[in-house]
Amino acid sequence: MKNKGLTKVDLIFESIDIMKVMKKAFEMTSDEIIQQILESGLKGRGGAGFPTGLKWKYTAAEKDPEKYIVCNADEGEPGTFKDREILDKVASKVYAGMTIAGKAMGARKGFIYLRGEYRFLLPQLFVELHKFHKLINEIGYDFSIEYRMGSGAYICGEESALFESIEGFRGEPRNKPPYPTVSGLFSKPTSINNVETLVTAVMIIEKGANEYFKLGTKDSRGSKVFSISGDTPIPGIFELELGMTVQEFVNEFGDGDTKAVQVGGASGFCVPRKKFGETIIGFEGVPTGGSMKLFNSSRSMYNLLHNYLDFFAEESCGQCTPCRVGCQQLLKGVEKVKKGEAKSTYLNELVKLADTMKVASKCGLGQSVGNAFKSIVENFREEIIY
Amino acid sequence: MYQTGNMVKELAEKHGRKRESLMPILQEIVRKHNYLTDDVMVAVATELDISAAEVYGTASFYTFLDTQERGKNVIRVCKTITCSMKGKNDIVSTLEDILKIKVGETTPDKMFTLLETNCIGWCHKAPAILINDMPYTDLTPETVIDVVKGYMR
Ligand SMILES: Cc1cc2nc3c(=O)[nH]c(=O)nc-3n(C[C@H](O)[C@H](O)[C@H](O)COP(=O)(O)O)c2cc1C
Ligand code: SF4
Ligand code: FES
Repeated sequence: MKNKGLTKVDLIFESIDIMKVMKKAFEMTSDEIIQQILESGLKGRGGAGFPTGLKWKYTAAEKDPEKYIVCNADEGEPGTFKDREILDKVASKVYAGMTIAGKAMGARKGFIYLRGEYRFLLPQLFVELHKFHKLINEIGYDFSIEYRMGSGAYICGEESALFESIEGFRGEPRNKPPYPTVSGLFSKPTSINNVETLVTAVMIIEKGANEYFKLGTKDSRGSKVFSISGDTPIPGIFELELGMTVQEFVNEFGDGDTKAVQVGGASGFCVPRKKFGETIIGFEGVPTGGSMKLFNSSRSMYNLLHNYLDFFAEESCGQCTPCRVGCQQLLKGVEKVKKGEAKSTYLNELVKLADTMKVASKCGLGQSVGNAFKSIVENFREEIIY
Repeated sequence: MYQTGNMVKELAEKHGRKRESLMPILQEIVRKHNYLTDDVMVAVATELDISAAEVYGTASFYTFLDTQERGKNVIRVCKTITCSMKGKNDIVSTLEDILKIKVGETTPDKMFTLLETNCIGWCHKAPAILINDMPYTDLTPETVIDVVKGYMR
């Protein structure tokens, strides 16, 4: 596989003429916009990585005159803080992304679901939104955006739980299908995209799909905003071209003593030092919504695992048994092994449980608990036992 | 306890009386009074013409829609891994010392409630806390005292 190395990029935070790029999009047909997004190879930046162009195409194909564009700004994955920075610095690009998406799919209404923890940003976001609404009114385009707030539930970042929450219910994920493109918010065709995905779409329209396609690798096109924290001398938000290895990442951001990198937050994967060189950060290796946490050799991987399991046990919506009971059992299980109340071979039983949760859980939360669990237990078994 | 009065009616005028109005209404009550009383939830149910159990069932799902009495200022200390690695325990014990309460408790004068919460999106500036809506980051036991003193009026 071609190795791209580590390259810094400046697309998401670049200041651009919003009016110019919107006029460009308004002069294109819906199909032309969608074609650009398809050709760019962009995959969703919220974690799951569904091709954005396809999502837009499916939503556009629905006949219902009422459709919605939803921006997912729930950003609850531990270690992710880039969407806050994007909204803080370039909110008008998010609004433009939603408007262009609306034009492409025939939607006239957008919602931004902002996590309650970011409420302090609302006053400035409203000022920007007011200016933006005036701008599109001036050119006679009919699209409006409203904010809806979360109230401290991680699961509401899951798209169907998010719809439930906006509709005024408990944030419990729905069965799929039907998918949001067919029946989403208020049971209408809905395109839900992450904050960064929408801004990336704006930049693809601005620069052209060909330019964007040049960045990244076959499976992971373009660049991405990373949220970098933990044992690093330079924690913060960095936009990097996709396709680097964990080793190249650690060379730039490590403190010289990195023993593991947790890629993709609590629902992502733990990469140990011996696999840094062979592991690519992207859909061909370890995918990430942007969360990158570095751990040096002074850190206990048991503490990391325990912290994540505690997180999942609290944040599981409790709707389905494999996840509700499974999260509790994994947490209690590793505690027992650590205390010597269960044999170390009990870990094998717990790994089986994590596998069962992957197939039997209703939504991505329960399905991905096993990612961190297995990658930590398999690579740092001694630290979990002793 | 606080008086419900006309508040719920006014909020229903502002946010509407549809099911989707429920969250914005509850959120605004909590912003004003920090928690939801049984009375206020019954009043909301009456305004929206749904059962009180529906209102309670929805509110109880959301960590920030507290149904237990909370102080005027709610302090939430992030306990997720990065904050935990960067001194969250020292922040908690400092807060417990100056407020003379434990995590989960409210001061007798109802000025502060101390809670822990999951990642609040400031891991690059850990340890971090929220006081009501405001984040405070890069904290040390010294600076967190100054921050909390600012709320002691
Ligand atoms: C438990 C859980 C939490 C999620 N949280 C978020 C989130 O905070 N932000 C986000 O954009 N996507 C989140 N997602 C993914 C969304 O369900 C959805 O795939 C995404 O918003 C689609 O946008 P994208 O295609 O632009 O990535 C979460 C998924 C799960 C299962
Ligand atoms: S997997 Fe977990 S979070 Fe998802 S629906 Fe089931 S209980 Fe809820
Ligand atoms: S771990 Fe504390 S803010 Fe993210």
